[in-house]
Amino acid sequence: MKRFLGTAALAVVLAAGTAQAQQVTVKIGVLSDMSSLYADIGGPGSVASAKMAIADFAAKNKDIKVELVSGDHQNKPDIGSQIANQWADVDKVDLIIDTPNSGVALAVSQVVATKNKLFIVSGAAASDLTGPKCNANTIHWTYDTWMLANGTGKALVKTGGDSWFFLTADYAFGHALERDTMAVVEKNGGKVLGKVRHPLNTNDFSSFLLQAQASKAKVIGLANAGGDTINSIKQAAEFGIVKGGQSLAGLLVFSSDVNALGLQTAQGLVLTETWYWDANDINRAWTKRWQTERGAAGKFPTMIHAGVYSGITHYLKAVAALKSAADGKAVAAKMKEMPTDDPLFGKGTVRADGRKIHDAYLFEVKKPAESKYPGDFYKLRATIPAAEAFRPLKEGNCPLVGS
Amino acid sequence: MFEIFGIPSQALFGQLLIGLINGSFYALLSLGLAVIFGMLNIINFTHGAQYMMGAFAAYLLLQHTGIGYWPALIVAPILVGITGMIVERTMLQWLYKLDHLYGLLLTFGLALIIEGVARNYYGSAGLPYTVPESLQGGRNLGFMFLPNYRAWVVVASLTICLGTWFVIERTRLGANLRAATENPTLVRAFGINVPRMITLTYGFGVALAAFAGVMAAPIYNVSPQMGAELIIVVFAVVVIGGMGSILGAIITGFGLGVIEGLTKVFFPEASNTVIFVIMAIVLLVRPAGLFGRRA
Repeated sequence: MKRFLGTAALAVVLAAGTAQAQQVTVKIGVLSDMSSLYADIGGPGSVASAKMAIADFAAKNKDIKVELVSGDHQNKPDIGSQIANQWADVDKVDLIIDTPNSGVALAVSQVVATKNKLFIVSGAAASDLTGPKCNANTIHWTYDTWMLANGTGKALVKTGGDSWFFLTADYAFGHALERDTMAVVEKNGGKVLGKVRHPLNTNDFSSFLLQAQASKAKVIGLANAGGDTINSIKQAAEFGIVKGGQSLAGLLVFSSDVNALGLQTAQGLVLTETWYWDANDINRAWTKRWQTERGAAGKFPTMIHAGVYSGITHYLKAVAALKSAADGKAVAAKMKEMPTDDPLFGKGTVRADGRKIHDAYLFEVKKPAESKYPGDFYKLRATIPAAEAFRPLKEGNCPLVGS
Repeated sequence: MFEIFGIPSQALFGQLLIGLINGSFYALLSLGLAVIFGMLNIINFTHGAQYMMGAFAAYLLLQHTGIGYWPALIVAPILVGITGMIVERTMLQWLYKLDHLYGLLLTFGLALIIEGVARNYYGSAGLPYTVPESLQGGRNLGFMFLPNYRAWVVVASLTICLGTWFVIERTRLGANLRAATENPTLVRAFGINVPRMITLTYGFGVALAAFAGVMAAPIYNVSPQMGAELIIVVFAVVVIGGMGSILGAIITGFGLGVIEGLTKVFFPEASNTVIFVIMAIVLLVRPAGLFGRRA
């Protein structure tokens, strides 16, 4: 009986082996915040985007089989790297994608480098991922803190906001965003009067807002995200900060945050994004599909969701060209070699340091009277061309880039 | 203008007032918890979810029926209180004789379910709710700008807290209630319907949470996880004040708000830990809490 079982097991292994030889199998894992403050900007919406990218690819490439798994990192770096390790060792996941929360993303980026898998970051923002902490297995897709600072920060300094006070979320992302924005402010002739670092997930900002008010800075820079940004802006309105002549810079604001604030509170806010659902017909059509896939008619996809779609599309093209997904470094090299082209972000490139390059847009939140239908949030103020939108290759101190 | 520890006195007064305002929420929430624990012996972990339900009820009332902030302040707590009474009748009442742990596990599970359902339907980013027109704006106190809404929060919270304390500690109804927790059989013998009284008490505790939720809706982000973040702090407040002590819950609620507010000035990074540090110290020195009686 024992011998029979052994033979049967061997047969199964062999069968699986030959089946794999005929067909390339790729496994993609969406690692995101599924249940907390970033679940709307990534989370289940990113899974929907991944499904759409896979379906579109599978329609043209029958010889590659793509599987999808997802996991919840709960905004804890230790849980994130534990899932990444398990996916690499046990579940044989080839690509990890999304991962909002820079703390988690930096941890996962280390894991994929040791396991030689691939990591496409759409959700996290810290520019360190393509700076000092870059590696050959990580590609940073949608946006980063340098690009946000360069977009929103520069625009505000140029229009007279030359003294700043920062409210910063006290973890990797907030620190990176604060550092990159301070650099932009100072480079353009502005000065930083002070800053205060608050814990992630703070409920009440009134104390910090009073400090910001007392600093007399012209601009209060919000180097935080999600619920923290919403609470800051909501309470700043209550404390009459904007009426008092100071302006708010939401350095990372998503359309879902604008929705949560309501246009009455959010109007006039200037922000930078790389993708907006209502920008053109292609995006609108994609949004309709996404809403069906997500099962949420009233929700609008964020740039992170679009980035997951775009990232997987380019990844699968590279895998198809290599006919294998096994070697993470090789796939990353192929992705950098091939120009990118997809319906949502258009034509672009992936740079040597892992930075994906495309246009960015400076938006302003509409007044309630200007908004004609649900989700009609922004008007375009400026387009920042791809060549200027991201940090120059040489300034990042990425070890992959020979100086 | 003089300075205290390098901070201008004006800024310090402002921060003290802000601390008091935040303390109002802690006091309101810990009061509900203390009432429920003191009268029912249930550690109500659903409290955060019920606070969130209050805020959501205010949003839904406005969105679907056009009922504004002021009526919602009364309607939402009643609606959420009724759901609380249903929970008490169908589930909690079977647990009074068992260890505290069972009540804690049941209510914790309920909280996860309620938050999960809310997240499924409304997402995690949050829902818009604005300050009612009559309370918009604010006044300049010289040392700080005080939004009218915050002033209202302090007044309302203090009134509710002291009213509740008075009813429970100083009236006949409160006396019956306290007697019923001590010795239900005897109180029943006097012809008082004890189970109904307990149900109403739980409903009242839950309504307090929902009331705090409606009060929070205009100034805090209305999201499914809004209660989960707050409830841990509020539990620490209740533990510091002494489990089940109503006056303790009120005083520590306001007091810790002030201490947290000051931490936000001197060492902002520690502002969400300071309450737990105080809790640890209090538990070492006075295990029953500042106002608790030794069991």
